[in-house]
Amino acid sequence: MKTGVIKAILCAISLISVVVLLGVVFYILMAGARVVSPGFLFRSPDYINFEEGGIFPQIVGSLYLLAVSLLFAVPLGVASGIYLAEYAPRNIVTMCTRLFVECLAGIPSVVIGLFGLTFFVYYLGFGPSVLSGGLSLGIMILPWTVRASEEAIKSVPSTYRAASLALGASKWQTIRLVVLKSAYPGMITGILLGAGKAIGEAAIVLLTTGGLATFLPHSLFDDVGSLPVYIYLVLTVIPASREIGEAYAFGASLVLIGIFLCISIFALLLRNRYIKRLRGE
Amino acid sequence: MKKQQQQSATTRFRSFKTRIARGSTKELLIEKALFVSGISSILIVFFIVAFLVKESLPALALGRVFLLGMRWSPGHNQFGILPTIISTFVVGLGALAIAAAVGIPTAVYLAEFAPPWLRNVIKPCVDLLVGIPSVILGFFGLMVFVPFIRDHFGGCGESILAGWLILSIMTLPHVISISEDAIRGVPTAYREASLALGATDLVTIRLLILPNARSGILASLILGMGNAIGETMAVLMVIGNPHIPWIPHSVLEPVRVLTSTIVLEYSYMVWGSMHQHALFAIGVVLFVIVAVLNIATTAVLRERTTTVIKGAVRG
Repeated sequence: MKTGVIKAILCAISLISVVVLLGVVFYILMAGARVVSPGFLFRSPDYINFEEGGIFPQIVGSLYLLAVSLLFAVPLGVASGIYLAEYAPRNIVTMCTRLFVECLAGIPSVVIGLFGLTFFVYYLGFGPSVLSGGLSLGIMILPWTVRASEEAIKSVPSTYRAASLALGASKWQTIRLVVLKSAYPGMITGILLGAGKAIGEAAIVLLTTGGLATFLPHSLFDDVGSLPVYIYLVLTVIPASREIGEAYAFGASLVLIGIFLCISIFALLLRNRYIKRLRGE
Repeated sequence: MKKQQQQSATTRFRSFKTRIARGSTKELLIEKALFVSGISSILIVFFIVAFLVKESLPALALGRVFLLGMRWSPGHNQFGILPTIISTFVVGLGALAIAAAVGIPTAVYLAEFAPPWLRNVIKPCVDLLVGIPSVILGFFGLMVFVPFIRDHFGGCGESILAGWLILSIMTLPHVISISEDAIRGVPTAYREASLALGATDLVTIRLLILPNARSGILASLILGMGNAIGETMAVLMVIGNPHIPWIPHSVLEPVRVLTSTIVLEYSYMVWGSMHQHALFAIGVVLFVIVAVLNIATTAVLRERTTTVIKGAVRG
């Protein structure tokens, strides 16, 4: 009897996370659906006549930033993961590397933003641009890609490696043709979860690029729009009436949460399939 | 004839050897290239620390005036961050308390009681909650929690309480997943022994499983604290950010935290001024606080592994 009551209480508490998630998503969905229209999606923002504006440069800009960050973080992260999983000897350098990957994962995003502002924007002279923002985002998701690739590679059964080596393949051939081939779904899952994090990141983008651009960037050194920054600025800085600002923030939030959910749900489905395959089901 | 054959065999052997050698040069090159990318994380962290410290040295050199100063007023060249640090910890600890009160029971339920179908519903939701863009959570808080607090508790709504609620949502998934792993990590033999002695499920959990999972749960809380303190956008949008930071007296007052100060003031700082150095010094302080918390998490988790191993040996 008493056990039953306590179990019911525990169950109710654990449903809080579900309720919160669904609450946030549906709230944004309901309020955002009133604003989102083809015109809103495909026009440039108009900061004087808000009704005339849209968020097209912000959507495309967010995707550009994501692409630059992935181009930076994925090759570097996968290579690090391969090194840590397959080559790294047990010594002080390897221990330090692992420690620093953890350390990098813990750095608050606003601190990475400050670093991007000094190093990329001022020191290297990239200015507030796609490149500065993308590279700073890349630094943020690098630890995700490292960990994801290392773990995916480590979960490949060692019999695969032994069989490949016994057939006369070299170590690199084994990694390239056997290990990576069976580890890549796991790696992609981890990378996608990192991408979901990067697309919603506002602090880094705010500090390293403008985020309010009304045009599409023509080169890597142009200012670029970004959805999360747009949401923040439309609510705080832009001198428009509060209602219009909120309406546009809802529309932009709906698009952002849509992109985020697509990436994340795809990643989670991929992970479930991958786990089943590893178990040999 | 025979000699020729032998010669060709020797050349073939030689070419085989060079091929292996060449192969291994290539292998060696690849290994070196992978090693270089492997240590890139170390280089990046060093770079970040070096640049932050270089930019913030003049402010850090102020020492106590900076860290323990009570007034932050860039217009009057006053850069004391003590009220901001205190507010940061108040906001972080409160959020953590809520996250723990919800997260630990959830972890117990998921690890011990939840039927598989329900677990398959809750777990993906928790995983998705981790990644919800913080700016969207902040916006949600601004539209839902802030008016609610203003109407039902008074004050201007943008307050510590709103910050607690939003940050606890962001911290909750971390607390749940690490605590659940810790609870699952308690050896089944313990459970079986306790049940065989006639203890009920609940007694087993309270007296055996929770104490054994203690350090894992503690680690999840420390890590959650690090996340809460480093969080920027969501907090920024709901805690009010008064122009002059103060030490709060009630949970309904607006406050200012370390991260929000950086984002609010970076746009009008003059490059090279003490204001800029002070903002970067806040970045250093944040970095140090979060790094200490992360190291503590690792240390706590390592201690757990060793005690579990020792326990197994003793058992």
